[in-house]
Amino acid sequence: MSGFLSGLRELTKYRSAVLGLFIIGIFVVVAVYAVVKVPYSEAKRLWRSGEKVWRENPVNALPAWVNLFPGINLPPNIVVDSRKDKNVQKKIISQSATLRKAEIVLPFEFDYDGFPKELTVHFFTRYKRTKPFVLFHWQTPDGRVFDFGNVQISQDQWYGISLDKDLAASLGGVPERGLFVDPHNPDRPLKGEYKLTIEAYLFEPDADIDARLIVYGQVHGIAGTDHLRRDISLGLLWGIPIALIFGVLAALGTMVSTLIIAAIGSWFGGWVDGLIQRLTEIRMVLPTLPILIMIGVFYSSSIWVMLGAVILLSIISGAIKTYRAVFLQEKNAPYIEAARSYGAGSLRIIFRYLVPRVIPWLVPGFVLAIPDMVFLEAALAVLGLGDPVLPTLGKVLDDAFANGALYHGYYYWVVEPSVILIAMGFSFSMVGFALDRIFNPRLREI
Amino acid sequence: MRTATETLLKVEDLKLYFRTTKGVVQAVDGVSFEVGKARSVVVVGESGCGKSSLAKAILRLLPRNVHTYSGHIYMDGVDLMSLSDEEFRRNVRWVKISYVAQGAMNSLNPVIKVGEQVAEALLIHTDGVTRREALERVQEVFRFVGVPLDFIDRYAFELSGGMRQRVVIAMALITHPPLIILDEPTSALDVLTQANIMNSLKRIKKEMKVAYFLITHDIATSSELAEDAIVMYAGQIVEMGEAGHFYLTPKHPYSEMLMASVPTLREDKELRFIPGQPPSLINPPTGCRFAPRCPKRFSMCDSEPPMVELADGRKVKCHLYG
Amino acid sequence: MSVENGTLLAVEDLHTWFEVRKWGFVHVGYVRAVDGVTFSLDQGEAVTVVGESGCGKSTLARTILGLYPPTKGEVRFLGKPIKAWGRRYHSMLGYVQQDPYGALPPFMNLRRILLEPMVINRIGTKREREERIRQVLEEVKLTPVEDFLGKFPHMLSGGQQQRAVIARSMVLNPKMIVADEPVSMLDASVRVEILQLLQGIQKAHNLGVIYITHDLSTVRYFSERIFVMYAAKIVEKAPVKELLGNPLHPYTKALLAAIPDPDPENAKVFKEVPPGEPPSLLRPPTGCRFHPRCPHKIEGLCDREVPPEFEPMPGHFASCWLYR
Repeated sequence: MSGFLSGLRELTKYRSAVLGLFIIGIFVVVAVYAVVKVPYSEAKRLWRSGEKVWRENPVNALPAWVNLFPGINLPPNIVVDSRKDKNVQKKIISQSATLRKAEIVLPFEFDYDGFPKELTVHFFTRYKRTKPFVLFHWQTPDGRVFDFGNVQISQDQWYGISLDKDLAASLGGVPERGLFVDPHNPDRPLKGEYKLTIEAYLFEPDADIDARLIVYGQVHGIAGTDHLRRDISLGLLWGIPIALIFGVLAALGTMVSTLIIAAIGSWFGGWVDGLIQRLTEIRMVLPTLPILIMIGVFYSSSIWVMLGAVILLSIISGAIKTYRAVFLQEKNAPYIEAARSYGAGSLRIIFRYLVPRVIPWLVPGFVLAIPDMVFLEAALAVLGLGDPVLPTLGKVLDDAFANGALYHGYYYWVVEPSVILIAMGFSFSMVGFALDRIFNPRLREI
Repeated sequence: MRTATETLLKVEDLKLYFRTTKGVVQAVDGVSFEVGKARSVVVVGESGCGKSSLAKAILRLLPRNVHTYSGHIYMDGVDLMSLSDEEFRRNVRWVKISYVAQGAMNSLNPVIKVGEQVAEALLIHTDGVTRREALERVQEVFRFVGVPLDFIDRYAFELSGGMRQRVVIAMALITHPPLIILDEPTSALDVLTQANIMNSLKRIKKEMKVAYFLITHDIATSSELAEDAIVMYAGQIVEMGEAGHFYLTPKHPYSEMLMASVPTLREDKELRFIPGQPPSLINPPTGCRFAPRCPKRFSMCDSEPPMVELADGRKVKCHLYG
Repeated sequence: MSVENGTLLAVEDLHTWFEVRKWGFVHVGYVRAVDGVTFSLDQGEAVTVVGESGCGKSTLARTILGLYPPTKGEVRFLGKPIKAWGRRYHSMLGYVQQDPYGALPPFMNLRRILLEPMVINRIGTKREREERIRQVLEEVKLTPVEDFLGKFPHMLSGGQQQRAVIARSMVLNPKMIVADEPVSMLDASVRVEILQLLQGIQKAHNLGVIYITHDLSTVRYFSERIFVMYAAKIVEKAPVKELLGNPLHPYTKALLAAIPDPDPENAKVFKEVPPGEPPSLLRPPTGCRFHPRCPHKIEGLCDREVPPEFEPMPGHFASCWLYR
């Protein structure tokens, strides 16, 4: 234990390791935050649910921070809700005994250089049998008004203004452009206050209607959104703890099991050792990734199955031979012989004498194995074998590639998970290499 | 220390310090002595006294972390320290001075026949020798050291420890150098084998007129080859003189106590041990380095003792004789 | 705490052989590391086993300690064979090895090293164990005890490490100590210290000691009897002074002649040494194993028949046909 602490102190002498530890620290904090803010089952649910949850997000939006760059001023999501926003005016006027007219004015400011991606109105209506009837009046800042709509609205309906073909035809282009375009400068939207007035006719005395205008932005969230409108930051946020846990568990599980098997084999010798060695040799000839792919395709690609498979495959591998070599050397050390002479049994010798002797050498290897495991998971995901339900970094990448992110120019979609993966690899490697230099003094310069 | 023989090697104020993560190790700290032609000099001391470093310092077999390497080594009128590394390699090593390193018998190349390896030593260091001539010389030198000729085509692992050591000695001899440095040549060998090899070394010296510089911690064995003796402690020479003087009547307190701690087979003597430990060679204490353990210390010992020459020709580094 | 006198250890016609296999399963032969050794040791007696490397003395030590099973013959401790003692056997013998640093686990501090034997054999309460550790460290003069308890092996000098090894061997209050080359890796000036320490402990507790070494010159300072081993057999047994003054076996004579004292006259003479090397233990020579190198070989006898043990003088045994 004390060796461990003094090793840590040594570590701080290497600046690269300090940097690595710092980055890892950040990741750990983010991971804890993610797990606390959005519990596991929530994360799964959110990631898996489709439109119901994410409907209000734009598709493939850039991260909001691009607006920090000079010269870039893209619109975010603007939501105006008649039920909540104070600047919405709603009037209901009786026209006759059964007919009432509702008028909802939804204003908003638009001061951006880019056009919105979509325009939708989400209606909340209450009625028993007859659906209300709705007309739209769109007023631009310079006073022009466009009328469209003329539809019946059911209880919980999303009306896509952008999808209105007639409107598009009359504008001569997609509504989300046409309704915003500056008449003097067809490349830019007109800035100022816009008003959408909704004229609704209610046919029942108890009917009611509320509207929520969603002006879909080009930017959304810290990480943007994907093709399913999901906030990518959820994937990244949760991807980090999953990656860390997978990496650490896989590396730990592998190392501990390899150690024990190697110790047992080398201590008992004979056919036990022979069997283990033959198994190892067979395994060394087989390629890892194809085996994992086969398991993923034919059995299950759930992350736990993959974790188990990765660990199993990593245990019976060349590492056993390395550890065995060390154990065989140590086995004949005088202090082991002395231990036998004062009555230590095989189990005690293996676990209290051989294993502790070897651990210092293993620590650097363990730390360096973590990013390996993280990348392995990402690689499997990109190959389509990622866990189907969990938001992982690899899955985000997989979705990006599957949906032509680079082709469409959604670079952020690829860059963000990649940067995180690289940072993880980098930080663990720095720490691992520094540990290597500490525990293997011959690598140090005199 | 010199009698009527000529001086072969004269070392003056040789220093070798190493730089380590813990500080500067003053392994060889201003050592001066002479080796006579065809004389054998024995350097004794305990582990850590700097004797192995002394051998490396003379032969310029230096690691990367050298801090100080200074002094003079005069041989055949030339100061070896003034030669370039290339000149040293070509003209001194194995030409003037050969080396049998500690554990050399375990460092033979396992995949080359031993005869080849010994021949190689000659071929590398001598121009104009054909392979055939080299192999003939190998036979000659094998006969000399007592290795049967059919071993020329054997590999190192086929030979016993004693035979391997003879092969290594043959390697050092084949170029007929006037001086051979041997570092613990027999410490890993059995008593009988050791005696055999000592016999061989004695014979070689007689017939080839070779000078030996023998380094060992085994004081009893060192007497087999000692004509002159040097005692080292903490990087310095504390006594040197003819063998008879050291073994029978040591003058320096350390030499005295060292001899008193060596068990003897033939006489029943009371053994004494030296309490304490040698000082660290990193920042060694000022003054006499043996003073903390010396039963005869007195006030002057806080200052560095001079090397005093006694009437019988030996030199002692001690205030008691100053 | 001392023990009463009596026969402690009886080794009878002990053979320890190791099977040699080619490629893991083809039987080639046996390395006969110990090939017919018989002797006994009394409580309180110190015996030296002397021989060159490869003669089997370390294997003998390990067999007596119970680390190797005897192939033939028996080792009896206080009358009972080793097997009959079961797990208790280990707590009755202490083992001091050659390499003081290697004998101590580098990742344990002194306190844990000394606790281990007691923990493994479930001896003593926590307080009793701490007491014992203190006792034993005081006895080997690693004091003040508090300073040393927390130290790790690499923080100690060679001499201190060996003291720690001796302390560990004493922790279970053994009746006998087996010391295999305990000082050969230490500096000359420290050897005496350690040997004297061992001797002191032996006398104080009336222990039996088997001291194994290849360095005959230390022998007269340590024990009462010597056994000389050559090629897996004991060739001579005698009290120390008797053996040194009057060696009988030709091997012993050669050995004694070959060992130098620090005497400058040595440089002027050539020693008489028997030629050749110790034989392979895989295929030892027939008859007396020393015969290929023996200057007194009797043709037809020494090369055919294994010499039994003769007693030319009371208490002085030699396995040599010269004394038939």
